[in-house]
Amino acid sequence: MNLRRDIFQAIADPTRRTILLLLASQSMTAGAIASNFDTARPTISKHIQILTECELLRQEQKGREISYHFNPNKMKEIAEWLLPFAKMWDDKFNKLEAVMKNYKS
Amino acid sequence: MELKTKIHAEDGKQEIVITREFDLPLQLLFKAYVEPEIVEQWMGTKVLKLESKQHGSWQFETSNPQGIVVFRANGTIHEFVPNQKITRTFKMENTPFPVQLEFLEFEQLTESTSKLTIHTVYKSIAFRDQMLALPFAQGLNMAHNRLQEIVNKLK
Repeated sequence: MNLRRDIFQAIADPTRRTILLLLASQSMTAGAIASNFDTARPTISKHIQILTECELLRQEQKGREISYHFNPNKMKEIAEWLLPFAKMWDDKFNKLEAVMKNYKS
Repeated sequence: MELKTKIHAEDGKQEIVITREFDLPLQLLFKAYVEPEIVEQWMGTKVLKLESKQHGSWQFETSNPQGIVVFRANGTIHEFVPNQKITRTFKMENTPFPVQLEFLEFEQLTESTSKLTIHTVYKSIAFRDQMLALPFAQGLNMAHNRLQEIVNKLK
């Protein structure tokens, strides 16, 4: 029986979060992903499979190889996925305001 | 907690609009974008170059506590109108992310308050969404690293 996969299950695991981060900026083959870990290759394959089943990753056939892409659309299913982006800018702008208040006088 | 910074990212569009109101006179808000030593203070990055003028260029760099460069970006300034607007490009170096176009508009609200609007256009919808998701992915990873550090200390 295949357990129902959901996105929260996918991001609950630290290895899978690291895989997502690796793929957030570039697409990679399963081999290239596995080379970033000391863990056995089949274990990493299993993580990739779970992430793919949750549609957080997309597969693309490139000749004999399959490359994996990060799917940001799926990330949108996590409520407030945009919040860290907004928070990053809000923190910077708060700093700007604080710094410039010193220049007021 | 309500953030003072608003992000408007419509689905299916390759652009976003960031708005923020400041408890600062317009001149001071604009100055924060012009003076390299001020930019360094609030952006938390090293300013390698910042030519605040039409056809000028800029380059910022951030290193981690070990001194390794973790972020470097550059761009060109296309329009520069003091206390009104800056139009510039932004490219993260050593990443597959294509260049993005940023329209910064500075407005006076009152004598002592001002507003900044940043309209950013990306090469595609997919690149926009990836860029927006990046802090989320990094946040997850940082949380994981912090947890790992705590666990290591317990060992």
